[in-house]
Amino acid sequence: MTASADASHARQDAPRFAHRHLLGIEGLEPWDIEALLDLSEDAIEVSRKVEKKLSTLRGRTQINLFFEASTRTQSSFELAGKRLGADVMNMSVASSSVKKGETLVDTAATLNAMRPDIIVVRHHAAGAVQLLARKVGCSVVNAGDGAHEHPTQALLDALTIRRHKGSLNGLVVAICGDILHSRVARSNIILLNAMGARVRLCGPSTLMPTGAARLGCEVFTSMREALDSADVVMMLRLQRERMHAALIPSTREYFRYYGLDAVKLGYAKPDALVMHPGPMNRGVEIDPEVAESAQSVINEQVEMGVAVRMAVLDALAHHLPGSNTSPEAGVI
Amino acid sequence: MIDGRIIAAGPDAVSTAEPDGCLSIDGRGAVACPGLVDMQVRVGEPGAEHLETLASASQAAAAGGVTSLGVMPDTDPVIDDAALVDFLMRRARDTAIVHIHPIAALTKELAGEEMAEIGLLKEAGAVAFSNGRLPVGNAAIMRHALTYARDFGALVIHHPEDPDLRGAGVMHEGETATRYGLPGIPVEAELIMLDRDIRLAQLTGGRYHAAQISSAQSVETVRRAKAAGVELSVGVSVNHLSLNEIDIGMWRSFLKLSPPLRTEDDRMALIEGVRDGTIDVIISDHDPQDVERKRHPFAEAHDGAIGLETLLPAAMRLVHNEHVTLVELIDKLSTTPARILGLNAGTLRPGAPADVIVFDPDEPWVLDRHALYSRSKNTPFEDARFSGRLALTFVGGKKIAERDDDGSIHLVA
Repeated sequence: MTASADASHARQDAPRFAHRHLLGIEGLEPWDIEALLDLSEDAIEVSRKVEKKLSTLRGRTQINLFFEASTRTQSSFELAGKRLGADVMNMSVASSSVKKGETLVDTAATLNAMRPDIIVVRHHAAGAVQLLARKVGCSVVNAGDGAHEHPTQALLDALTIRRHKGSLNGLVVAICGDILHSRVARSNIILLNAMGARVRLCGPSTLMPTGAARLGCEVFTSMREALDSADVVMMLRLQRERMHAALIPSTREYFRYYGLDAVKLGYAKPDALVMHPGPMNRGVEIDPEVAESAQSVINEQVEMGVAVRMAVLDALAHHLPGSNTSPEAGVI
Repeated sequence: MIDGRIIAAGPDAVSTAEPDGCLSIDGRGAVACPGLVDMQVRVGEPGAEHLETLASASQAAAAGGVTSLGVMPDTDPVIDDAALVDFLMRRARDTAIVHIHPIAALTKELAGEEMAEIGLLKEAGAVAFSNGRLPVGNAAIMRHALTYARDFGALVIHHPEDPDLRGAGVMHEGETATRYGLPGIPVEAELIMLDRDIRLAQLTGGRYHAAQISSAQSVETVRRAKAAGVELSVGVSVNHLSLNEIDIGMWRSFLKLSPPLRTEDDRMALIEGVRDGTIDVIISDHDPQDVERKRHPFAEAHDGAIGLETLLPAAMRLVHNEHVTLVELIDKLSTTPARILGLNAGTLRPGAPADVIVFDPDEPWVLDRHALYSRSKNTPFEDARFSGRLALTFVGGKKIAERDDDGSIHLVA
């Protein structure tokens, strides 16, 4: 990739990204995260050019293996791979032999035999991506495993915040809504804590996992308290199917107490960022007016998603067999 | 009492100068205390107004010295929507002469499957949440409800009875039921559900109130839980403190209750539970039923008995038998239920609403069920001899009921 001389010079002093896979934020050091965010800044520039194609991954094969339906994450990874020059294949469950009863490990062995370089995996079961990574010879990127982790979402959120606030250190970030079922929340909690932010969680207690306070967060049931003087408000999607588990009574009551409207946003700092990983349920967890407001960076998050995924693929590419691992060449 | 508020009571009142135009009552030998607060009253409104309306229930309450009622949500329709709470409060404002406090449904339609909108219902005025006589059988849903209610500081009232263990039972399971040839309800139906609820209350930190318990073993279970530091409160109906399964006699369906009347040993254990503080409140469990529902073979009759007008005299038996002091009894009938429901009632503290009753603790009388104000007459105390009779009821400083010279109670329009 091309980048400004200053930026690439700065990165050569930083430690190299020393991981073969990206399975979660857990296990990354603060300098790993900084390095990925720095790399992402360069990727933003690439994506904003007319000519968006690089050759970092030319000749490499990337398989997107999605066991769970996804629109934006899958297309974001597909675009990221293609912009880096990889051959990208999307494998969705509907057309795969998983439907015929093949186990995850068998699927991994089959794919491995096709000699891919990078597999991007989303699976509905926590730990499935980690299991698959042990069974293949290539790099694996976690695109979401159950309610466990979604590392590229946390990275893109961090990038979005950093670009607005300069640094994550010392910021008060309120993560609100269905924490219980959210991999986005878990990855964000780990990342934000690692980078020195103060994390608050807010939601009805039925949607708050046991022991949440022990993850290094303050836990609230009142949006007023959770949002008080916050720098960032991250809303999570309410998964409507959760209501059948009788965890909340109705979407109208949920919106009344936990939906982000202008009044609740008013408790946060005047320049607080409003974020949402999408897709949004307007009128359930977020008021349409707030979602479209000047404080909302929700669409920007999508752009940052492509950049972060380019950075991750690029960082992993240096560990692929046959790649030139000299520091000079390790720049997007 | 001035302008509906209490100014002074007790020795303070004696030393306070009487305001001008003050009504003075010669109450020598009588007791003045805060009006009773009954946590569990069923009214047929909406849906079964022929059994009882808010107006008729409030008249019965006035005649019984009960000035605040928690009304149950198992009406038709079920009170599971904020608009219905609002409706009840408006109807009560327009037709009732005592304070009516809606208790809303814990689960939608009382089906025990999805929790009701606890936040919105509480904002509308619901003072607690109950599933009526339909227990929430699914422990996970009970857990979620207790957890969710905790966020709103909402009280969950539950009727602890395992529906499967109850099965087709109609009275206490034991020798008496066997002699009658009636299917029994084992003590364990209550005990297992109660034990489950206590553990869920402990797990969730939610505010839990067992609507009523009926057996010695339940008293012991609650006693142990409280000793272990579990936060919960428990009620008992005055029926279970006054009567036992033998009183059913010749198949008297007015004594068919849920939970069922149990043995004399159970009754004595319940009284001991009231005395030692294991049991927090005494309720009437007022449940009006008409002849259509009660004039049946015992097993086919509806459960339930009225109780608003007999709550005080029946409970006074505990005082006369020296089980509890009068002050302790008023605490169980007024102060503690008001505190549990979060009501500004149950006290004679200066500034509190002047909901006050005056009664003669020793006045003997015999209950004539046709003289009751309740629209339904299904009392289990028919022709009972009581000592202790209401003399006056004030709500907000206004006299609403008064005993005549002939001993009958009339309502002040």
